Amino acid sequence: MSDMYEALVKIVGKNYVSNQKEERYFYGRDPGLMSPHEPDYVVMPRTTEEVQKIVKLANKEKIPVVPKGGGLALTGLVIPLKGGIVMDMKRIDKILEVNERARYVIVEGGTTEGGLKSYLEKHHPSLRHSIPDAPPIATVVANAVIHGQGRLTQQYGFNSDMVTGLEVVLPTGEICRIGSCSISKYWFSRGAPMPDLSGLFLGWLGTTGVITKMGLKLYPRKKIRDVEVFVTDKEDLVPDILFKLTHTEMVEDINIWCQPHPPMFRENHHVTILITGDSEEELQFKKKMIWDALQEYIDSKDGGFMWVMPDAKPTFLEMPLESLSKFADVRKGGGFEYSGPIVLAEDYPECSRKLAELAVKYKLTYSGMVRVIGRSHCIMFGFAYTFNRADLDEMDRVRKALHEVAEFALEQGGTHWKPTVDEQKMMMERMDPDTLKLMGKIKGLLDPNGIMNPRNWEVG
Amino acid sequence: MEKYAEQIHRCFRCGWCKFTSDYLDLNCPSYKRFRFDTFSTSGRLWLTYAWLRGELEWSEHLAEILYSCTTCKNCVEQCPMGFADDIVDWIVGARSDMVEKGKIPPRVAHFFEAIHGYGNPLKLLRSDRGAWANGTKRYEPGDEYLFYVGCLGSYDENAQKMAMSLAELLNEAGVSFGILGSEENCCGNEVYMLGEIGLFQVLAETNSQKFKELSVKKIVTLSPHAYNTMKNTYPGFGANFEVYHYTQLLYDLIKKKKVKLSQNKAKVTYQDPCFLGRYNKIYDEPRRILQSIPGIELVEMERNREDSFCCGGGSGNFIMDLLAGGEDSPSRVRVRDAYETGADTLAVACPSCMTMFVDAIKAENLDAKLTVRDISQIVKESLASR
Repeated sequence: MSDMYEALVKIVGKNYVSNQKEERYFYGRDPGLMSPHEPDYVVMPRTTEEVQKIVKLANKEKIPVVPKGGGLALTGLVIPLKGGIVMDMKRIDKILEVNERARYVIVEGGTTEGGLKSYLEKHHPSLRHSIPDAPPIATVVANAVIHGQGRLTQQYGFNSDMVTGLEVVLPTGEICRIGSCSISKYWFSRGAPMPDLSGLFLGWLGTTGVITKMGLKLYPRKKIRDVEVFVTDKEDLVPDILFKLTHTEMVEDINIWCQPHPPMFRENHHVTILITGDSEEELQFKKKMIWDALQEYIDSKDGGFMWVMPDAKPTFLEMPLESLSKFADVRKGGGFEYSGPIVLAEDYPECSRKLAELAVKYKLTYSGMVRVIGRSHCIMFGFAYTFNRADLDEMDRVRKALHEVAEFALEQGGTHWKPTVDEQKMMMERMDPDTLKLMGKIKGLLDPNGIMNPRNWEVG
Repeated sequence: MEKYAEQIHRCFRCGWCKFTSDYLDLNCPSYKRFRFDTFSTSGRLWLTYAWLRGELEWSEHLAEILYSCTTCKNCVEQCPMGFADDIVDWIVGARSDMVEKGKIPPRVAHFFEAIHGYGNPLKLLRSDRGAWANGTKRYEPGDEYLFYVGCLGSYDENAQKMAMSLAELLNEAGVSFGILGSEENCCGNEVYMLGEIGLFQVLAETNSQKFKELSVKKIVTLSPHAYNTMKNTYPGFGANFEVYHYTQLLYDLIKKKKVKLSQNKAKVTYQDPCFLGRYNKIYDEPRRILQSIPGIELVEMERNREDSFCCGGGSGNFIMDLLAGGEDSPSRVRVRDAYETGADTLAVACPSCMTMFVDAIKAENLDAKLTVRDISQIVKESLASR
């Protein structure tokens, strides 16, 4: 083991390798509820070449490697379940290029969401990316790898759909370029019109390679943003409301939230509608279209627009969303976790009822957090329960509730988003056998020694 | 602070504390320097919680992680949680526990020994504390201000020049003031931040008693660190006097035209000291002083005011320097920030910042391009009477 330490020091320098128990403790955990498992080493490379050397070394020695970004998935995806090396990617954080006219950016593997937002605002104020609600230390690459969602997901799909190219260090050490960048200096397409190989890496949770560079689509940044909140106490109407809203194609982002605290929010379903425009006229036109689309619910007294006080608007408009992190401290306990299955919008009523039912059953504080993906093609329904990190019993109750959510989501016909190892198993058990076999073949081909983030997407 | 053990688990390790408010850069000095998550605020809080629960044994590395925090309060500024204001108290509480158990890094132990034995962290003779003063009068009851010079101002070569400039300016403006010279003792701000609460109490009580005996009504401090502890903590020890940082007094004197300024052509950027800015919300007076000087162009570093990046000297690190080594040490990062503005002068209002930046400018080979000057020195050079 000391030879391994020395070998890692030789690659990245002694300041950026640790086998001390403090780093092993911290990197063996995430903020969620998964059981800890400590790495043997934490290493922080600075370049693709350093990543390559580390991976080659690990592959030779058959030592696990777990690439880590912000470590904020909450579902244990960067907990090194078989020990080995946690590779903290956040030193590889340069923004390499913005092609303003083709609207894409090339970032390194550890560039943070906050860093990219700030960079674009400063240097390319007409452009934006689909920033998720995660804290700003979340990394752009890790967010795409877990099929994250962001502010532009209602318009353009999962954030992973916006990827325009990859540079990947394979588990066997080769450095591959994926997409147009494999034959050109431009990173405008991740595949089309060629075979799209990005699917070998996106969604695989770091089990098929380490992404060291990524191209990402950027979108126009409108000058004005505003928010409307439509409220209904009839959850059964929400799918229709979403269908009508997305039909307008006037909306930047749609979130739905339901929670019992404070009491004024109880039993209501709040549809947050974010709108953008380059002029007041454009904004008013979009608002009118949205109001017209929902007028029937106002007429039938089934819902209405909530007046959002000017002081409260920043809470809805902020990017990233500070209020989401604050949920962890609702009970002054430092914890929350959510299961966020991807389901159809028509499942909203059942999901919201299940959310509240489990909160009662397990005596928990909850919040339902939903993001519309595409033109209501599906939704991410976040079953979020807060817990006190010092209350082991409450933590256990949240685990049980989330396990029930996991089973429920699959029964509804949904899939798990950023699944825990157990949720991955549940999905693989239901998966078409030939599809599962294909996953196994791909994994075996790319990672013959099984060193990459082992136990995740482990077939058979 | 006593209740930190029951609260510390509330950190979610979401990481907002690592940034500036616009996420433009990493703004936690020790995280920027070391880059392991353990060296961020959440790392410290999670490791301390593990230590309190017996999941982690004490080690020198654990203590260094805890003590590499400069208590700059960036995390307090950026943390979105309801407990944000308590974070520094939690850090100090954890350090206090380590002090009580005798489990502290050797450099911290030496710091305390020096204060205890010599009344300053540099282990220099008490009798030499006023050696810089060169005729500056001793404080006598009836003087309007006690000029509290502090440890660096008394002993450090560069900080002494700050003290001399300020004394000269106060004399020029006809301010009635005096110093304590060899009778001055350490203010204890760093001792408190490092968790030696017993020693801090002794210093605070002794100093408060001394000020009382001398009928001190107003104190002007050279250091924001002394200003902070005398203003915010000493009242708990029966102290009853007004405290000013020298930039407050100097700006007042300039407004009243007791200090008259003439042309001084320079392009200046200003470093907000943490204990003046984030701790006490004094952002404007130093800038207004600089803007009062004809010919001075004040340019801001991208990170400024609440988002200012610490020099790395807080919590005694101006002596212990647990964040030193390499180009990512905070003082070197910060002089690069200053240089990028195009300024020829990096203005400071804190002896710790002065000490840290003088060394950093040499390390960055910027000696010929950027000069560190205290605001009092810049004002002195701009006096109309010169």
